[in-house]
Amino acid sequence: MTTLDKENSSGNHLQDAVRLSKTIGGPVNKGDVILRVRDLSVNFWVNGSWFTAAKGLTYDLKAGEVLAIVGESGSGKTQSAMSLIGLLPKNGRATGSAKLKDTELIGMTIGQLQHVRGNEISVIFQEPMTALNPVYTVGFQIVETLRTHFVMAPSAAKARAIDLMRLVEIPDPVDSFDKFPHQLSGGQRQRIMIAQALACDPKLLIADEPTTALDVTVQGEILKLMRELRERVTAAIILITHDMGVVADMADRIVVMKDGQVVEHGTSDDIFNRAQHPYTKQLLASVPHLGSATAEEELPHARLTLVAEGEQAGVPMPETTSTATPALLMDDVAIEYPKQGRRAAFRAANHINLRIDPGEVIGLVGESGSGKTTIGRAAVALLPVVEGRLIINGRDITNAKPSELKPFRKEVGIVFQDPGSSLNPRLPVGESIGEPIMLHLGLRGSELSKRVENLLDSVQLPRSMRNRYPHELSGGQRQRIGIARALALQPKLLIADEPTSALDVSVQARVLKLFQDLQAEYGFACMFISHDLAVVEMLSQRIAVMRHGYLVEVGPTKEIVSDPQHPYTKRLLAAVPVPDPAEQRRRRELRDAIIEQEQIVS
Amino acid sequence: MSNDDQTPGVTPEEQPIAAELAGETPGAAVERDPLGVLPDAGTGAEPLDPTDEAFGRGEGVGTSKEVEGLSQGQIVWGRFIRHKGAMGGIITLAVVALLALSSMGLFGIRGWWRIQDYNASGNIVNGAAPTLTLFPFSLGEHPFGQDDIGRDNFSLVMKGIQTSLMVMVVLGLITLIIGVAVGALSGYYRGRTDTVLMRFTDLVITLPVIVIGAVLGRLINTLPAKLDWPYSATQVIRDNLPLLLAVVLGLVLWTGLARLVRSEFLTLREREFVDAARVAGASDWRIISKHILPNAVGVIIVNTTLTMSAAVVLEAALSFLGFGVKPPNVSLGLLISQYQGAFATRPWLFWWPGLFIILIALSINFIGDGLRDAFDPRTKKIPSQRQMDKAMAQIVPQGATEGGAK
Repeated sequence: MTTLDKENSSGNHLQDAVRLSKTIGGPVNKGDVILRVRDLSVNFWVNGSWFTAAKGLTYDLKAGEVLAIVGESGSGKTQSAMSLIGLLPKNGRATGSAKLKDTELIGMTIGQLQHVRGNEISVIFQEPMTALNPVYTVGFQIVETLRTHFVMAPSAAKARAIDLMRLVEIPDPVDSFDKFPHQLSGGQRQRIMIAQALACDPKLLIADEPTTALDVTVQGEILKLMRELRERVTAAIILITHDMGVVADMADRIVVMKDGQVVEHGTSDDIFNRAQHPYTKQLLASVPHLGSATAEEELPHARLTLVAEGEQAGVPMPETTSTATPALLMDDVAIEYPKQGRRAAFRAANHINLRIDPGEVIGLVGESGSGKTTIGRAAVALLPVVEGRLIINGRDITNAKPSELKPFRKEVGIVFQDPGSSLNPRLPVGESIGEPIMLHLGLRGSELSKRVENLLDSVQLPRSMRNRYPHELSGGQRQRIGIARALALQPKLLIADEPTSALDVSVQARVLKLFQDLQAEYGFACMFISHDLAVVEMLSQRIAVMRHGYLVEVGPTKEIVSDPQHPYTKRLLAAVPVPDPAEQRRRRELRDAIIEQEQIVS
Repeated sequence: MSNDDQTPGVTPEEQPIAAELAGETPGAAVERDPLGVLPDAGTGAEPLDPTDEAFGRGEGVGTSKEVEGLSQGQIVWGRFIRHKGAMGGIITLAVVALLALSSMGLFGIRGWWRIQDYNASGNIVNGAAPTLTLFPFSLGEHPFGQDDIGRDNFSLVMKGIQTSLMVMVVLGLITLIIGVAVGALSGYYRGRTDTVLMRFTDLVITLPVIVIGAVLGRLINTLPAKLDWPYSATQVIRDNLPLLLAVVLGLVLWTGLARLVRSEFLTLREREFVDAARVAGASDWRIISKHILPNAVGVIIVNTTLTMSAAVVLEAALSFLGFGVKPPNVSLGLLISQYQGAFATRPWLFWWPGLFIILIALSINFIGDGLRDAFDPRTKKIPSQRQMDKAMAQIVPQGATEGGAK
C-alpha cells in the first residue's frame, strides 16, 4: 500500500484497515505506468445511429504524472475519461482498451466496477455543490467512501477523514467534519471533494474541470493545493479542462482533442511552445493573455484607491474634467434586493461612485457575490436604488416610475450572462431581436424585418437565422443574438453582464472581437462586467474592482494591471493563470506567496 | 426541412453577402462561425474554409442533432405522436365521442339510432338481455339490453356519455380560465396580490366538493318553489342541470391548476429573457401573455387534461350519491346509481356505463401522460438495446482493423 501522507503524525489509519475491495495490480511507485489506453472510442446512440463522441484515444499514464485533456465543449474529453469507470449514459458505449495495471476496464461488469470506483480511480467533479449530497455532513460523506471499501471502525474512519481534511487544508477539520456542504464556501467544498477522492488512496484521479466553477482567487488556492498534493500522492491525475492557463499551471503532458479526435499529444513544453496543429494554435491564441495590453511608459496617477482593506466605504467620486453628460453616473449609490415575503431586503452594493463617459468602456471585475451584476442590473432599472443618485444619459432614474422609464429604456441595452436563459425559447430569435424595435418605434412587417436583418448582418450571422429557435443555435450564436437585441435601438449605454463567461475560449475570442468592432462602430458607452481580468483588460479603458459590495479600486486599465494598489486587486491579478508554463511558474510563485502571506495574517 | 426557403425576406442576394462577410477578412479566421450555416441550409456550393479545422464543432452536438430545424412546438408534437399510450387514448376517446354524438344526435339533430327518446319504455325483447353479437356482428334490437320497464340501455348509455363529455369539457374550460388567471396574476405580481389570491385559493380548497354538490342539489330542487319562479324557469334549470353542475364543479376545482401555474410563473419570471423583455420596454401584459405563458403551456395543458379525467369520475361519483345529475337527465354515474339494485339480475345495466366511465377516464389520463412526457425536455427515447447492438456490430469490424476492439 502506498503511503498517502508521511508527515501525518496521527498515523496512517489505512494501514490497519482491511481492504474490502480488490486492489488491482498491487502497489505502485512513482514512474510506473498505471494506465494504458489504446484506441479508446466512445459512441452515443442518437436518433437511430451511432454518433462518435471520442475516437481512437491512445495514451500511457505514469504514477505521479498529470495528463491534461484539453478541448472545447463537445470535444469528447469528459466522456472519454468517464468511460474509464463506466460512467457513460445509457445510450453510450465505449470500445477499445484501457488497462489499469493490466486489468481491462472497458467492458467490466457493474460488480467489478464498484471495486474500482472510488477505490482505484476516483473523480473530482466540476461543481462541488451538486456533487456533494446536501443532506449529509461532509465528514459522513468521506467516511462513507472509506467504509465502502474498507473494514473500518467508525472511529478509525472518522480519524482518517479528519486527517484527509487536514491534508487538503480545511480550516479546523474537527469542527468542519460535522458541517453540511452549504455551510462551507465553494473552495472548501471543492477541497472536501478532493479529500473524498483521495480517501482510498486511488491510483488514478480524474479531475473534471475542477476549478471551472470557482472564482479566480479560489481557483488559485485549489491549484496550489493540487500541485502540493501531486508531490505527496503517488496517484496519476487526468485533468480535464478547457482553460489553457490551468493546463500551463499543472500539466506534464497534454492531449488536445477536437470533435472527438486527438489532434495533438505531447509534453507541456511541446504543446505550448511548438504547437503543430492549427486547432492547438488557435486555441492558444484565443486565450486572453493578461498583461498583453500593458504598456511600459509611465502614466500619470489618475487612480482612486482605497488601500485599507475591510473598511466600510467605497472609492470617492473622481474629479472630472470632461463637460460631456456622463452616460452613467452613480453618486453614492446603494442597491438592495427588495424584501420578499419573510426574507428581508438584502443590500448588495454600498457607496458606489462611478462615472462612465460617452463612448467609454469600463470593466467591472470582482468575484461572485461581490455585487457586480447588481450594479449592472440597477443601471438598467431592474433593481431599485435605495440611496444616492443614479443618472443615465442626464436622466435621473433614481425613483422613476415604470411609466417614466420608457424613454430611458430606449437608450440602454443589456447583454445577459447566460445565452441559454436570456432568449425566450418559444420565440424565433428574429422576434426576440425585433421586440425592442417594435415596442419603441412601432415598426412592423417588412420594415421591422429589414431592421432585424441589418442587425443580424452586424453581428455576422446569416439572415436566414431569424426564423430559428434558440435551442437550435450554439452558445456563441445565441450570445450574438443577445448582443443584436441589446443594440437594436442603438443605445447610448450598454451593460454587458459577463457575456462570454458561459462560452468556450475560441468562441469567446470571436464574440469579444465582434464586441470590440461593434463598440468602435456604434460608439456606445459600455460597462463590461466580468470575473476575468484578462478579458476586461482587452476591452476596457478603465477598470473598477469590486469586493463585498464596495468598489475598492478604480483606475485606468494599464495602471491597474501593471501596478495594483489594493491588496485584493493584487491577489486577483496574481491568481489569473497564464497559458505559458514558464510565465505561469513565475506567477505561481508570486501567487503562492500572496496566499501564504494571507494565511499568516489571518 | 429548413424554414429558410419560405422566408419572404431572404433574397438570392443573401448568399453572396454572407460569402462576402466571410471572405472580407481572410486573415482573421475568428470572424467566421463554423456553425453559421447549418449543413441543411448550406447548398453545398459553400466553399470550404481552409482554416475550418482550426475550430471545434461546438457544444451539445449530440443532442442538437435530434432537434435540428424544428420549432419547440414541433419537437413537442413529434414526441407526443411517438407516445403510444397517448395515441391509443386519443383514438379511443375519439371513437367513443363519435359513437355517442352520432347515435343520439345533439342540439335537436336526430342521430342514427332508432330510439331517440331514451326515457321511452318499450316491449321486453330477449328477456331484456343485450342483443349485441360480435360474430357475426349485429346490434340487434337492444344491443346493451333493456331495464325492467323496457327502456333501451344503448340510448341511455350514449346519452350518458354525451352528458359526461359535456361536463368534462365545460369543467375543463372553466378551471383553465380561472386557474390560469389566478395563478398568473399571483405568480407574476407576487406581494400583496399573491397573498390575497392565494389565501382565497386556500379558502376554496377547504370546501368539500361532495358537500357543495349536495347543497346545490338541494337548492336546485327547493329554491325555485320558495322564490315562486314560473314553471318555465324551473324547467330550464332542470333541463340544464348537468351544465350547472359542470359550472359549479369548475368553480371549485381550479385551485390545483392555479397553484401550479403560480409556481411556474414564479420560476419563469426570474429567467433572464423576462428581464430582457422588461429592459426592451415590454408591458406587464405583454410579458405575461407573450413571454411567460407560452413557456408555461406544458404545465397548463397537462394539468387541465388530468383535471378533466378526474371530472368524469367525480361527476359519476356525485350522481351515484344522488347529488349530481338528476332524472330526466341521464349520466353514466346516474345510470349506475339507478341500477345498483339490478346488479344481480340485470348486470349489463351496470357494466356498460361502468365500462365507458373507465374508457373515458383512462384515455384522458393517457393523453395527459403523453403530453407531460412530450413537454418535459428531459424525456428521452430509451434506445432499443437490439438496435444499438446491431448498429455497433457494423461499426466494430471497421474499428477492429486498427486492432483495438475488445
